Amino acid sequence: MQKSLHIDPAKCTGCLQCESACSLENEGIFNPSKSRIKVFNFHDEGRFVPYTCTQCDEAWCMQACPVDAIVINAETGSKDVLEDICVGCKVCTIACPFGTINYNTSSGKVVKCDLCGGDPACADACPTQAITYVDANATGLDKMRAWAAKTDNATS
Amino acid sequence: MSWTKKLLRVNLSSGTCTEEPLNMQWANDYLGQRGLATRYIVEETDPACDPLGPDNKLIMATGPLTGTMASTGGRYSVICKSPLTNAIACSNSGGFFGAELKFAGWDMVIFEGRAASPMYLSIENEKATLHAADDLWGKSVWEADGMLRTKHQDPQARIACVGRSAEQGCLYAAVVNDLHRAAGRSGVGTVMASKNLKAVVVRGTLGLGNIDNPEAFAATTKAGKAVLAENAVTGQGLPAYGTQVLMNVINEVGALPTRNMRETTFEGAANVSAEAMAEPRKSDGKPNLTTNGACYACTIACGRISTIDRTHFSVKDKPEYWINSGGLEYEAAWALGPDTGVDDIDALTYVNFLCNEDGMDPISLGSTIAAAMELFETGAITTAQTDGVELKFGSAEALCWAAEATAKGEGFGRDLGMGSKRLCEKYGHPEFSMTVKGQEFPAYDPRGIQGMGLAYSTSNRGACHLRGYTVASEVLGIPEKTDPLESDGKAGLVKAFQDATAAVDSAGLCVFTTFAWTMDDIAPQVDAACAGDWSTERMMEVGERIWNMEREYNAKAGLTGADDNLPARLLNEPANSGPATGRVSELAKMLPEYYEARGWTADGSVTAETHQRLGLPG
Amino acid sequence: MHHVIIGAGPAAVSAAEHMKKLDARSEITMLAAENVPPYSRMAIPYFLVGNITPEGTYLRKNADHFENLGINVRHGRASSIDPQSKSVKLADDSTIAYDKLLVATGATATKPPIPGIDLDNVHNCWSLADAHKIIEKATPGSNVILMGAGFIGCIILESLAARKVNLTVIEMENRMVSRMTNSVMGTMIKDWCVDKGIRVLTSTKVDRIDPGQGSALSVSTNTGESIAADLVICATGVRSNTAFLEGSGINIDMGVVVGDYMETSVTDIYAAGDVAQGKDFSTGDYYVQAIQPTAVEHGKIAAQSMVNGHVTASPGNVNMNVLDTVGLISTSFGMWMGVDGGDESELVDKENYQYINLQFKDDVLVGASSLGMTQHVGVMRGLIQTASPLGEWKDKLMANPTRLSEAYLAGAQAQDQKNSA
Ligand SMILES: Cc1cc2nc3c(=O)[nH]c(=O)nc-3n(C[C@H](O)[C@H](O)[C@H](O)COP(=O)(O)OP(=O)(O)OC[C@H]3O[C@@H](n4cnc5c(N)ncnc54)[C@H](O)[C@@H]3O)c2cc1C
Ligand code: SF4
Ligand code: SF4
Repeated sequence: MQKSLHIDPAKCTGCLQCESACSLENEGIFNPSKSRIKVFNFHDEGRFVPYTCTQCDEAWCMQACPVDAIVINAETGSKDVLEDICVGCKVCTIACPFGTINYNTSSGKVVKCDLCGGDPACADACPTQAITYVDANATGLDKMRAWAAKTDNATS
Repeated sequence: MSWTKKLLRVNLSSGTCTEEPLNMQWANDYLGQRGLATRYIVEETDPACDPLGPDNKLIMATGPLTGTMASTGGRYSVICKSPLTNAIACSNSGGFFGAELKFAGWDMVIFEGRAASPMYLSIENEKATLHAADDLWGKSVWEADGMLRTKHQDPQARIACVGRSAEQGCLYAAVVNDLHRAAGRSGVGTVMASKNLKAVVVRGTLGLGNIDNPEAFAATTKAGKAVLAENAVTGQGLPAYGTQVLMNVINEVGALPTRNMRETTFEGAANVSAEAMAEPRKSDGKPNLTTNGACYACTIACGRISTIDRTHFSVKDKPEYWINSGGLEYEAAWALGPDTGVDDIDALTYVNFLCNEDGMDPISLGSTIAAAMELFETGAITTAQTDGVELKFGSAEALCWAAEATAKGEGFGRDLGMGSKRLCEKYGHPEFSMTVKGQEFPAYDPRGIQGMGLAYSTSNRGACHLRGYTVASEVLGIPEKTDPLESDGKAGLVKAFQDATAAVDSAGLCVFTTFAWTMDDIAPQVDAACAGDWSTERMMEVGERIWNMEREYNAKAGLTGADDNLPARLLNEPANSGPATGRVSELAKMLPEYYEARGWTADGSVTAETHQRLGLPG
Repeated sequence: MHHVIIGAGPAAVSAAEHMKKLDARSEITMLAAENVPPYSRMAIPYFLVGNITPEGTYLRKNADHFENLGINVRHGRASSIDPQSKSVKLADDSTIAYDKLLVATGATATKPPIPGIDLDNVHNCWSLADAHKIIEKATPGSNVILMGAGFIGCIILESLAARKVNLTVIEMENRMVSRMTNSVMGTMIKDWCVDKGIRVLTSTKVDRIDPGQGSALSVSTNTGESIAADLVICATGVRSNTAFLEGSGINIDMGVVVGDYMETSVTDIYAAGDVAQGKDFSTGDYYVQAIQPTAVEHGKIAAQSMVNGHVTASPGNVNMNVLDTVGLISTSFGMWMGVDGGDESELVDKENYQYINLQFKDDVLVGASSLGMTQHVGVMRGLIQTASPLGEWKDKLMANPTRLSEAYLAGAQAQDQKNSA
């Protein structure tokens, strides 16, 4: 059974431990601006919503890539960017309708969540279990995907 | 390391922004944030300067742990000479601004001089720019925040800003960051506005590396988080109830100052408590409290996010307040509630919103309004001053009116903006002012919690709970229980709390961690992050050094042992209700013991020997 | 079932792979005119800069990729097709029979009819072969003139600048990338380029090109200027590759006209990518978008129609672009120019090269463009394509358009709650 990140915004306090952890894992420093997971603060509503790639089946980013720089990780099912192949054209960043693959101006390549190879640092750092890494069918991700499918031109 | 080793100096008179290396010798001696910034203030300013003149400097400073994953590692402080107390001011704030400053590559920003016209500073990594702020002047913090966000086209920017109260010279104006986090006390916002500086917008994408020992840091911060999670106060009480958990507790121990500190218990406490905030209200079935929110990297998340009942008189015609924003913390709830005799939680929340919206310290505001209510009761103030408003204890309408007037600096609001000491002097009753060194008291009656009387009177920034929170020991039993009604042994307790707090502040951490953490939990985190050897003993020594440096600054600013005092009411008028009934503060007994524990002279001066031992400047 | 695909670009590869996914037994032949493995034109600029080798432009990196999937790649150029006998004729006169045919021949860069355009050192920048020639001539310090500052021109511009040539850009229109920018944004891009030391002449036309003295070429403009050049790169326009379809009975306008299943006017023949004039999501009109994401999506829809029949109609493709002009990143989506009776929300910060423009029809986002924005840009597509009613977020975006991600997320969350309710 493949696992997915399960996000429960109701539990999130907006502390950004996940962003710190993500940047530490992937960039080696504390730098939330480079985090693959982003917590949005709906101030007026008193709500915090962590948000990252759902590793969607369509993988718009992967399909749009002109040079095959995004590949499926056989173990985790994540769509991973191969940094040395990415040419930095950014087409994936406009293709992904969720806005979860982003251009990193310092590296000239794109970055996205790769589930840390199966041990996501964000879930580990989250003090409230707002982010957990659980069996895929338990995540309610399907709901997000169903919604996302509205973006699809040709649902098969 | 963990410092960026860089500071930004902004000269508002000449309009220049320059980069400087951080003085690492000082960082070794004073750690960062509060301690290090005060060291710069001591070096660069005349303690006798006019706090609102161009010679005062204002520093926004982070600590070495600010911006790291250490729990609560998101804090910064604003340091300057206070216009309220004429002593050193250092106000600590959470939110996200401090961490962002660090991610932009700066340990601190020093503001000096005064701009000829309103300006704001933007920092985008190494690029710092002063911009005209004429369009922002006269705007509330909330309005200015929105305008700046739009102008810079950056939803992720972090903004610290002063409100209209500061512009109008309110002496307890705050610097508000992230809409509802504030460097609240002692009028640091007033100083910022006096420099014609409206706001600081920061965006940092460089991040923070150079942790001295990354593996040790990961392990010790993780262990620290586990301690916080397992502790009943930091793991359950604070996240669920916030600091407001104290309202009923302090009322029960008979130390809830009521109606300008005339009484020590409040009959309406339950109505404005944490429990009341969780109670669904009649109008819409929703509780006051929506959820809890955290500051950067904080795994406690004590922050309250609240709404006001839309049918409440204060907001029923003002949809702009029908939003969620920072809700009541204990000190604010106390000052606006029990101290004014008001037990209307929506009125309190509304005024709390106003404090955030226009940058006012709710403790000083509430206390000053309470003093004004007593002046009104005695007839020293009449409806002639108050636009016809009956400024009576217990009147929610009067409270809201007074807060609105102060926020905008209109009419009687200007008098209220002077703070309780100057207000009471102006109207001929200095004895009504519940202040030390000109700063209003927080929410613990020194007659019922003896240690707090000593902590207030000796606090370097005037009456304050955050300079030595002996409540932890005297009420909550942390680290061990002492009797709140007993003054014996409190001198040593106060000193230990004061020194520890100075070190915790200077690291960039939140003092609330100390409900669960001892210095033995904190020192290893600093040690892993920073070069050199940071033992518990060294941390305590740094704390002590900082405390004495602040004391010497104040002495040069003209303060003496005579200022280590409490209002006569607390020394002479026995508590008239609750467990402390019949007691007064035993300050006279504790103070000499404290001076001795500190190694000071009998009149409260730092001795040459202590000065030498701690390696103090000058 | 034998599916024949003419072409080996992104549209063709996407179609072939999807066909295999939908029906593992189908027989697929992909016809490639260029004598290289299937590659991506889009990647050429990065080859020009020297960031990648020619192999870096290949659409699939594993040499055996197509073989492993059972996709037959055959080199050869189609010269005509015969729908009657259902066969494709190649340039070497051989034929391939098909059951269903996909035309994915892309487009070709054109040259404007001006004197001297066929001189030796005037090149298009369209194929790997072109790229090899440009690399040879665009040496550091050489004088290079780029004709055309459209989308492709601007992409090449970036690579040429990186090659440290002495660059002059000549554009007929009054602004750069007029197909994806309004005058505010186009002017900001121009200012940026000028600031980076690139000479940009807008509202200027090349009248003629002559052999030069001291340099290979001399370029004369309608403003009376003559500019010496070692190399002229022509990026003034493209044309769909439809010539070989003449006489086939297939309806051709600007490209091969296709319906919502990517079907042409002739049974069992489909078209996809730059060659196809497909439905535009925003306008509902049929139009050659000539962009990579559309080529790939066309390929996918065509594959579905060819394998499963006409089941899933395409709602059309959102026209969208992302461009990096010497470090300044711009995007455009859908009806960035706005619609009649719609609302717009725009923020301009010329000094810091920050720009955002949102276009609404009622409370639905229908178009957007931006400068200097790199985070979560995809949500612009998401909001446009899902046509999500924004509700109260419309006003919030009118006040501050940069709050796009929040608006998007608010919609997604609301949807989530609805689903679980
Ligand atoms: C320099 C450059 C930069 C670009 N940058 C971008 C960008 O940043 N973003 C973006 O979205 N788009 C970009 N594009 C456009 C993008 O490359 C095209 O939209 C995309 O390649 C279209 O794919 P296609 O498969 O339809 O056509 P093509 O890629 O053109 O493929 C057509 C294929 O058909 C073959 N062919 C043609 N005629 C025949 C024939 N008669 N017989 C057999 N085979 C034939 C060709 O050899 C080729 O293999 C760029 C293009 C260029 C040239
Ligand atoms: S980045 Fe976007 S398109 Fe790519 S897998 Fe994630 S959600 Fe899907
Ligand atoms: S930016 Fe990199 S990963 Fe994204 S489409 Fe371009 S080459 Fe592929």
